[in-house]
Amino acid sequence: MGRVQQERLIIAGFGGQGIMFMGKLLCCAGMLEGRHVTYMPSYGAEVRGGTAYCNVIVSDEEIPSPVVAEPTAAIIMNTPSLIKFEPMLAKKGLIIINSALVDRPAKRRDVEPIHIPATNIADRLGNTRVANMVALGAFLAKRDVVQMQTALAAVEEMLPPYRRHLVEINRQALGEGKSFVESRSADAIWGKITRGFGFG
Amino acid sequence: MAKKSLMCGNEALSEAAIEAGCRCYFGYPITPQNEVTSYMSRRMPEVNGQFVQSESELAAINMVFGAAVVGARAITSSSSPGISLMQEGISYLAGCELPAVIVNIMRGGPGLGNIGPSQADYFQATRGGGHGDYRTIVLAPSSVQELVDHVFLAFDLADKYRNPVMILGDGVLGQMVEPVEIAGRHVARRQAKEWALTGCRGRAPNKVRSLILGENELLEHNRRLQEKYRQIEEGEMRSEAVEAGDAELLLVAYGTPSRTCRAALREFRQRRYRVGLFRPVTLWPFPSAALASAAKDARAVLVVEMSAGQLIEDVRLSLAGRAVPIDLLGKPGGEVLQGAEVDAAIEKAISMHGLKRR
Amino acid sequence: MKSKITRPESLKNVETHYCAGCGHGIVHRLIAEVVDELGIRERVVGVAPVGCAVLAYDYFNFDVSEAAHGRAPAVATGMKRARPDLIVFAYQGDGDLAAIGTAEIIHAANRGEGITVIFVNNGVYGMTGGQMAPTTMIGQKTETSPRGRIAESEGNPIRVAELLTQFDGVKFVERCTVSKPHNVLKARAAIKAALQIQVEGKGFGFVEILSPCPTYWGLQPRVAMKMIDERMTEVFPLGRYKNVYAQAAAR
Repeated sequence: MGRVQQERLIIAGFGGQGIMFMGKLLCCAGMLEGRHVTYMPSYGAEVRGGTAYCNVIVSDEEIPSPVVAEPTAAIIMNTPSLIKFEPMLAKKGLIIINSALVDRPAKRRDVEPIHIPATNIADRLGNTRVANMVALGAFLAKRDVVQMQTALAAVEEMLPPYRRHLVEINRQALGEGKSFVESRSADAIWGKITRGFGFG
Repeated sequence: MAKKSLMCGNEALSEAAIEAGCRCYFGYPITPQNEVTSYMSRRMPEVNGQFVQSESELAAINMVFGAAVVGARAITSSSSPGISLMQEGISYLAGCELPAVIVNIMRGGPGLGNIGPSQADYFQATRGGGHGDYRTIVLAPSSVQELVDHVFLAFDLADKYRNPVMILGDGVLGQMVEPVEIAGRHVARRQAKEWALTGCRGRAPNKVRSLILGENELLEHNRRLQEKYRQIEEGEMRSEAVEAGDAELLLVAYGTPSRTCRAALREFRQRRYRVGLFRPVTLWPFPSAALASAAKDARAVLVVEMSAGQLIEDVRLSLAGRAVPIDLLGKPGGEVLQGAEVDAAIEKAISMHGLKRR
Repeated sequence: MKSKITRPESLKNVETHYCAGCGHGIVHRLIAEVVDELGIRERVVGVAPVGCAVLAYDYFNFDVSEAAHGRAPAVATGMKRARPDLIVFAYQGDGDLAAIGTAEIIHAANRGEGITVIFVNNGVYGMTGGQMAPTTMIGQKTETSPRGRIAESEGNPIRVAELLTQFDGVKFVERCTVSKPHNVLKARAAIKAALQIQVEGKGFGFVEILSPCPTYWGLQPRVAMKMIDERMTEVFPLGRYKNVYAQAAAR
């Protein structure tokens, strides 16, 4: 997994899912690694009641517009977001889908989907609100945009003092997301091997 | 080096105003600059400053007028419809020669329009906007860091020339978050304000007015203003040229579209097309001479703006008498300018004007 | 015999442009006397309106700024917020305050800004040539109400003193007039009380002064003064509408 030169990411869901936090966190981690970063929230009427989303760009070069037209990756936390953003994704783009709340898989065949029941995993950890971190962990397992430990440092930097006790569960959630993806890829490879050795 | 922090443009400009010694903010909520009013409402009391959520933008600009009259640094911010309401006050500030900083985080118009990013207030900002023969210094930052630096510059220029200064950004600039450095970046150049109304202890009373009724007096006042504007034109034009030296196709853009153009420039340079970029940093005074020199060898000029053809008028004026064709990529309506659109416009210009690879 | 009446230091030794019989000159003098008496000339800043009193900065011998039409309370707000040590007053006419500037006066009052507003109500626009004001009385003929003001189509005179009394941020409201010597003395006392409240940092003070405009009322100055007492005070009753400190003391 090589270092990603420029990641143009859309993170989307509904209000309260920590969409903006996820975006700022990634942005902060990128800054801590000395890379060029921008973050752009959706603002205005659509924030109220509809889809909340943000754009994050992490890059080795100066960033032109902070507005992402053709994302190289997307983290999708609810169904309306999938409907809105799946078509925009660049070819071979990565799409992380919170399968606990999204009622269908990705339709496109030219993108790489990861279906992860982020909300269920977060519930198991004891706090449904860290579903965003589970999804982010899955994303970071697939894309070397920033290092996991930098993401953790960013969590510590961004949580206000009175929320410091949440650092640990955020760390767990990131880790759960990461191991979910890693175990899946192991399964996938194992699957291929079994097929290869099968009767066909 | 001071530590960088992540802030959106609106918050960063607010903190920059405080760093610049401003302790008076007056404003009325309007999207997409609401982060300024909420930031100032929290922050101003912490630094013993004043925050007033005014009853309207009319009141806000007149509160700025009042604070400026007594010698304080004052700022207000708004977005397009609110800035329209402030035009009366800006005219009075100019007429009374008072320093003030006004931030316009532009959105789509006309009328209520939408809340998308736009550059459609270019004429309003650069041509005066309110009534009378006056000029407002207009700064056009293209990143959050530059926005911060322009707030410092705006206060200094306002004090130096006793003139309102406008910072013209679009919704993207106000909303976007970038790493930014604020503390310690401003070298204060505070000036004594003998003209201010501070109580007439030990001196004759001061008066501040723009009503000038005596025969030829207003004419003289206007001539003096114009003389000041010429001085500003001589001393304060700012711009940036990127790979303009050998450019056959010169892009001209300010604010966030200039970033999109910069990326396009890199792509086309890689394909060995001689593309350059000229970015006016002051929109008034418009850096005409610098543009003319950047366009020296250009065979075509492409103006890129998030409006329907406003910046292009200053480009035409700057290149008047030159045979170079000037094309427009204008995107009005509060919609973001996409990289692909700029690329397509450049492709079109290349084929239309027969530009060759090096 | 020595003259007992001398020019207050706060009033410049110049002729004003006001018409014969106009009330503005009297009000200017009262303000100047009070400023002298309170010893605040060197820290007072006035805000002149758009209207007949636009040139007030040429008459007062202290710092004065103009304001755009109706915006004097906003300008005064900015001044006082930036420099709380200054004594800031706005001087406004009826078109300025009660028509184009209603938003500014109401919100400055409601915020309880620590400023003083002197409101000169003569029921007509003087500067622009005698048009109807929001305080023009029913039946009163003006340049733009040639048949006399009609309530059904032009509304009723706005009673500003009563309007502002209801705001908690307002600490002092009095309506007075300059029609007779004893009324002039009362007006002087009201101006002094309203400024005194500001000097003590106690909040927003408002004085409405019924004032004659012989030129656009089409009356002899003496008749115009009588008109105030006989007709205008019926619509705009005189009196101290609010003085929260006196009330507190009385309780």
